[in-house]
Amino acid sequence: MSTLLAIRDLDLTLGSKPPVRLLRRVSLQVEPGQIVGLVGESGAGKTMVSRVVLGIAPANARVTHGSVAFAARDITHLSEAQRRPLLGREIAFIPQNPMTALNPVERIGPQITDVLRMHLDLGRTDAQDRALALLREVHLREPQRILRQHPHELSGGMRQRVLIAIAFACKPKLVIADEPTTALDVTVQKQILQLIRELQRNSGTAILFITHDLGVVAKLCDHVVVMHGGRVLESAAAARLFENPTHAYTRALFAATPRFDRPADELKPIPAALTQQLNEEARVLDARDA
Amino acid sequence: MKVIAVLRNPRVAFGVLVLVVLIVAAAGATRLSPHDPLEQDLLNSFQHPGASDGDQSHPLGTDSLGRDILSRLIFGARPALIVAFVAALFAGLIGTALGLAAGYFGGRLDAAISRLVDIWMSFPSVLLCIVLAAVLGAGLHTVIIAIVVIDWTRFCRVVRAETMLQKSLDYVASAVTIGLGPGRILASEILPNVAPLLLTLFTLEMGIAIVVEAILSFVGLSVSSGVPTWGGIIQEGRLYVNQAWWLMAAPMACIIVAVLGLNALGDGLREAIDPVKAR
Repeated sequence: MSTLLAIRDLDLTLGSKPPVRLLRRVSLQVEPGQIVGLVGESGAGKTMVSRVVLGIAPANARVTHGSVAFAARDITHLSEAQRRPLLGREIAFIPQNPMTALNPVERIGPQITDVLRMHLDLGRTDAQDRALALLREVHLREPQRILRQHPHELSGGMRQRVLIAIAFACKPKLVIADEPTTALDVTVQKQILQLIRELQRNSGTAILFITHDLGVVAKLCDHVVVMHGGRVLESAAAARLFENPTHAYTRALFAATPRFDRPADELKPIPAALTQQLNEEARVLDARDA
Repeated sequence: MKVIAVLRNPRVAFGVLVLVVLIVAAAGATRLSPHDPLEQDLLNSFQHPGASDGDQSHPLGTDSLGRDILSRLIFGARPALIVAFVAALFAGLIGTALGLAAGYFGGRLDAAISRLVDIWMSFPSVLLCIVLAAVLGAGLHTVIIAIVVIDWTRFCRVVRAETMLQKSLDYVASAVTIGLGPGRILASEILPNVAPLLLTLFTLEMGIAIVVEAILSFVGLSVSSGVPTWGGIIQEGRLYVNQAWWLMAAPMACIIVAVLGLNALGDGLREAIDPVKAR
């Protein structure tokens, strides 16, 4: 099987005077059915990578180098209209904050059936039935009632389940999940992760899982890509990465992650010298690529 | 159930009451008014409010030609209400369409529409009215067109700003990521979220339209003098303000109450409908 998502040497630049480089020659691959974790601190460029793939990068940001290929098709510079048939159908998105990602004045029902009717050419009643089945698949109780409710009547966890149902509605080949558990409390986080894994196993969908939580990555992902300052520092199979991280930054990231089996005072912040060194490297890269 | 909850807001209740009174007066003018509003009775001119003269009773007095003020006010509700509703509707339609487009698509389209609005708003509106009246001739349609032409910018500005705000929210990004096109997003995602604001603007605009209609009748650019209008009654009363203060006071009170009611309705609806404030 060929690679599902192949990002090659991607540069994303914001504005022009002076330009700000958001991504620096980012490359990563997602194979069909694989869960790839994209890890890094805030501002590492994780979300920007997903936004380029989805075509919702900021209006003044431009891809200045490299390419994004989906299912062997170059989608780097697709127009909004050309990209539309892919979105929701082949590539779906689970947003970070379920509290704001649903239309506040529309009932849940039409928000789910919209994507079904748009891409699968279903009639009203068929779409309704399918929406019910989807709500059951994400383990929401009383799906009939939820279809008639407004978002504010549901809890954060329930809304995230609805959004997951929307993402998996058309059985996409790739789901991009941008920190889907960050806005939820810890007990709900676990359930949502289990749900995503369950759906992934049943459907064989590939997932690009963006997170800063290494614990989540360890439990969920097959492959991990570590980013910092808009560039990829390390990319390896999850098992290999956790056993034997090669990049100093990855090791520092592990040391900075709280764990049950370690006293809290062993937590180490990421050394300033390392950050400085990484920033210096980025400057050198920018000078080379300019 | 929801309607009752909204009516519990005192401002909404007051506004609805005023609106209902206006509609009833306009619709049932022929039955409600005690006299023919055009019937002259020169022997009974300048009757005080409340004065009754034999079988003739004039609760709000009579004017210089002995016409019954109350009847004229009731009939005056007709042009006021028609203008308020039709003008606000069309101003709203045009302004909303342009505001949505400018706010959503941004870029050059936004720049073009926004500059147009800026230029439009800097143009003296009274002058525009007079020019329009000169071209179209006096009449109710002129008043309506004048208000639409001047006041679509009010809707356009507010809707543009609100659309930009809504567009930046996550749910719109989510709609993009499920493959909805701009038309669908505007119609089924953004417009419903702008609707409470539109309702508020609409009621406020109705109030403004009533005032503008009165102004234009006052300067004689509205309907012909045969049809009683509140502005027209004020204009006629102006000549005799020293002898008969009620000639001006009564229609002014009508305008003030009508506009007050519509503004209260707008403010109240904004409070009552806003899902965030309501909760």
